[in-house]
Amino acid sequence: MGEMEQLRKEADSLKDQITAARKAVQDSTLQEAAASITVVGRVQLKTRKTLRGHLAKIYAMHWSTDSKLCVSASQDGKLIVWDSITTNKVNAIPLKSSWVMTCAYAPSGNLVACGGLDNMCSIYNLKGKDGNVKVMRELAAHTGYLSCCRFLSDSEIITSSGDCTCVLWDIETGTQKTVFAGHQGDCMSLAVSPDFKFFISGACDFTAKLWDIREASCRQTFGGHESDINAIGFFPNGNAVITGSDDATCKLYDLRADQELITYQDSGIMCGVTSLAPSVSGRLLLAGYDDFNVNIWDALKAERVGVLAGHDNRVSCIGVSSDGMACCTGSWDSFLKIWN
Amino acid sequence: MTIRNAIRDHGQRYRPRMVCLKKAEKVLLEMQDPRTGVKSQPQRLVITTIPHAITGEDIIAWLADRFQVDPQEARSFGSMLVALGYIYPLQDHKRLVIKPDASLYRFQTPYFWPTQQWPVEDTDYAIYLAKRNIRKKGILELHEQEQYNRLHKWMNHKWDFIVMQAKEQYRAAKERKKPDRVVFECQERAYWVVHRPPPGTVSGMDYGLERRIDPNADETKTPDFYERIMIFTQQSIMRPRVKSSVSIGALVKYCTTYNSHDPFLSKCLPSNPWLTDDVTLWSLNRLYVDVPTKMRVERWTFSFGELLSDPIGRDGFRLFLKKEFSSENLAFWESCEDLKWGAAATMKEKAQQIYKTFLARGAPRWINIDGKTMEITVSGLRHPHRYVLDAAQTHIYMLMKKDKYGRYIKSPVFKDTMKKAIAPEEHKFTDAQLEQNARNRRPSLSPIILRQQEEEQRAKMAASAPVDITQLCRFTTPVPHLAVYSGITDSPSATASPSLPFLAHTPACPSPISVALDSNSASERRGEASEGGAEGNHEARGPARGSVSKSRVALSLRRLLKRGCTPSTMFASLSPKCHSAAGTSSRIQPISPDEPSQAPPRRIGNFFQIKVDIPPECRIYPIESEDEDEESRAASRGGVGAKEIICPWESLTPHNGTG
Repeated sequence: MGEMEQLRKEADSLKDQITAARKAVQDSTLQEAAASITVVGRVQLKTRKTLRGHLAKIYAMHWSTDSKLCVSASQDGKLIVWDSITTNKVNAIPLKSSWVMTCAYAPSGNLVACGGLDNMCSIYNLKGKDGNVKVMRELAAHTGYLSCCRFLSDSEIITSSGDCTCVLWDIETGTQKTVFAGHQGDCMSLAVSPDFKFFISGACDFTAKLWDIREASCRQTFGGHESDINAIGFFPNGNAVITGSDDATCKLYDLRADQELITYQDSGIMCGVTSLAPSVSGRLLLAGYDDFNVNIWDALKAERVGVLAGHDNRVSCIGVSSDGMACCTGSWDSFLKIWN
Repeated sequence: MTIRNAIRDHGQRYRPRMVCLKKAEKVLLEMQDPRTGVKSQPQRLVITTIPHAITGEDIIAWLADRFQVDPQEARSFGSMLVALGYIYPLQDHKRLVIKPDASLYRFQTPYFWPTQQWPVEDTDYAIYLAKRNIRKKGILELHEQEQYNRLHKWMNHKWDFIVMQAKEQYRAAKERKKPDRVVFECQERAYWVVHRPPPGTVSGMDYGLERRIDPNADETKTPDFYERIMIFTQQSIMRPRVKSSVSIGALVKYCTTYNSHDPFLSKCLPSNPWLTDDVTLWSLNRLYVDVPTKMRVERWTFSFGELLSDPIGRDGFRLFLKKEFSSENLAFWESCEDLKWGAAATMKEKAQQIYKTFLARGAPRWINIDGKTMEITVSGLRHPHRYVLDAAQTHIYMLMKKDKYGRYIKSPVFKDTMKKAIAPEEHKFTDAQLEQNARNRRPSLSPIILRQQEEEQRAKMAASAPVDITQLCRFTTPVPHLAVYSGITDSPSATASPSLPFLAHTPACPSPISVALDSNSASERRGEASEGGAEGNHEARGPARGSVSKSRVALSLRRLLKRGCTPSTMFASLSPKCHSAAGTSSRIQPISPDEPSQAPPRRIGNFFQIKVDIPPECRIYPIESEDEDEESRAASRGGVGAKEIICPWESLTPHNGTG
């Protein structure tokens, strides 16, 4: 037991060293730097379109890179690809397992992926012969539910799972290329950096980790949350990370200075954050909450500048299109709304 | 219907929202404060009065004041408290919302608070329903009756116990004073409305799917655990950190720079299609246009990455580099991208090709990297993988970024581009016009329609006679789903780029919107695709666009056709390639690994191969004499002296000098 005590003391002292190293570079805070910037003012976004068609809770949505199509996954066992402008359904893909928790659109627009309690990531080819959408691959190796997946290209995909690991898959062969293990709790979400070199994952151990895809290692760990991290995203320049947690706060972490910059919280907000998405300039942060609303935060000043209220149940997913023109929210009330 | 198993309950039901519930409780305590809390009044029920009832409007007012929010938000906050079961309505008890009027509510007793961590058992619910049934038969609602029947069926073995308990509780309740009894009944009823909601209502207790890890499990800390932590921490300490001020400054600068490009913060010119249903903005900003908009050109000045990720920007940059005789850098970078994101099957070949073209001593397009990087790269190439050229690529990227990019932005060519860029006027639509726009709203094209259009195009080509070489060239162009790019030789000034986006192993697919319909775009892409890549043993493909005479084109076409199109390959060998949504990702998709079936022996090492889809009736027979010339030239290896074969599609389809 003495050995364990010693190890624990060593680990703690190292942690103190990290804290000290972080403090050493902290010669400024975001509040100071942002003090001189003009205020954003009230941001009013209105519902422009409502996408109706799902019959049960919507758990996930993802925009295509062309900013017109988006895919959504619902627990009625359907993956629907929508044309957001006309609200038409381009594809309605029936799933083998209705307990789907995530979906993703490939950057090329050729593939969509989904997964959930079946522990598998199923890849569907949208551009198949005869216009049929068929399962292209089923990536099975996780021992826990699939919480999130994101494509790197048409041949690689990263998934995060309830078994506390994230995996990089080779789609063509259907095998795992790298397993990123290190979290102590269910990995709930992941996001890929704009340059596709890193990805971040948020987990139920209250931490977020930055992983290097090429080196297959964890580069940085960010703590500070008091509850499970449900949502995570990169700041558009790729040098900062935003996390949203069940403790009703979002936090901004700086990757290069390796520390937490600011917390987005309000005493009047009690419910957990389920999803978040930064706007194209990074100035606005849109976060979906359990209380059926989406709050818009000024990312630099940490003030609430808007609310999107329109759903009748929890907002489960949110996404801003890549041209930044529209924000789509999906909710447990089975509707998706497009706002701008 | 899932059977609840109390043994397996890990406390999941409260875990995700425990933090939220604790905060709610704090608010509750404040609200119940006799001095500063919500005013309460007695409720009159026929003859009894029950104290401590509060009105909805008082609650909302108090919340609005406490949190400094507007009444609407206070109302949703209040509704949330009701949904969680902390406050319950006295009238209309099934709807768990706050009504901003004189409706009465009461605070729930802490015994029934959701933070009490005992699970909500079906047994208790059964007892409750049975009790109500005893009290007055027929009082149960429809859904409650259904639940009652269900529980009766599943808990038949316990039913005696349940009925006995119910009778006991009923008897005990009768002994209480009336006000207490009424209050308790209300509380219990409210509790069950929260935890067994009527069908069709949103339940505040709904937490979704369970998390896998057991929140109550003790973590066993092994020495290994600590050691891993220590190793990680030590590595982390040694990593370089940037000063906060620098890093934060960069974040702030990014926000301010892109502020005018953020549609949520700034106006879109000419008009936001979501608001006005007018898609001019999108058509002006299609991926491949002749003239980009000013906003788009402005983005290129923000960072090198922006310039490279925009195909038009990249084309402009490429031309600039060509003039400076350093275009091999960009070509190398593009080849590396292709290697990184391409299909695994062709990786080894591609890596070898890149080495031969760019890195080997005496290579035709040798790039200038320092000795150490070269060493690492060369040794890595013995076992090539996706990221084997990473170091070299980064080096070249930084080289371009630090030197060439800056010069390009300052160059007169770029300034000219900026001047010519479109700055659209803002639309001013009247209401009538907006309605008209809404009616004319057209969807983004579906893949089925795209495929149909492609078939139509192909049919038109096939039908057109006599065979026009120009038409044929367009035919032979790598229309996305048809061809894989062939790396026939190249002159030093134009190199084939392996950057044609194709998806390996998938059946022919329709090209995305802008690609299929915009022949101009196709030409741009082909032009781009004609650069970078195979040289050395290969015959020259196409020089810079637009600089070739027609006769050479015809000549090369015939040669090309002879090379690439033996009868066996002439029909729709719809090799499974297709464009990625043109350039929507800077990921450059790989070339198909298919071998050309007709490759003559001297064609070894071609990793770009053309499969041309020409219907039999359009066959062109090459002239013999030229072939002999060709063959002798091709036989001469090494060196760039080989006469160029111009990619026919490059110069034929007209394009303007934007790229």
